[in-house]
Amino acid sequence: MSEPEVFERIRDEIGKNDVLLFMKGTPVFPQCGFSAAVVDVLSQLGVKFHGINILVDPDLREGIKEFSQWPTIPQLYVKGEFVGGCDIVREMFETGELEQMFKEKGVSLADAA
Amino acid sequence: MPMQADDIIRLIKEGIPGAEVEIQDLAGDGDHYAATVISSAFAGKSKIQQHQMVYGALGGRMGGVLHALKLTTMAQRP
Repeated sequence: MSEPEVFERIRDEIGKNDVLLFMKGTPVFPQCGFSAAVVDVLSQLGVKFHGINILVDPDLREGIKEFSQWPTIPQLYVKGEFVGGCDIVREMFETGELEQMFKEKGVSLADAA
Repeated sequence: MPMQADDIIRLIKEGIPGAEVEIQDLAGDGDHYAATVISSAFAGKSKIQQHQMVYGALGGRMGGVLHALKLTTMAQRP
């Protein structure tokens, strides 16, 4: 079975963006509380990230769930690696693991928005 | 379509035998839940793998009929 075409696009985006958030809505205007929570965490840490609004792209919306084997949005990718959804990101933020991970991966935390 | 808390607990326990499951209906609307799942089967697994096991037990309902489930997983009680 060949893989969906959308996987190619997903890999391309993950490769281009060190910190990438597949989300509902945009970073400025999240359209779901879970997506908003992850945006909030990243903003508090001062991490620059790229947000992709899956609501305007049905192929991507279904494709990313298959790609990650993860059934929900948001989904955070850091340096090509799937970190998790809202619950995991929030938990890692509270324990300090998230900040640690960004530092270990060489992601800049300066210039908080 | 909302899901009953009892159904969620049953599915998780069927998928992860021996798991302890606590569930809260956050909004009182049968559509926004918080679940804590404690199972020795989580030992040595990453958070992502732990959550994927729970999603697996829910058999594709997560993100479908089950809109919102705030999930906390742990291998043993803190």
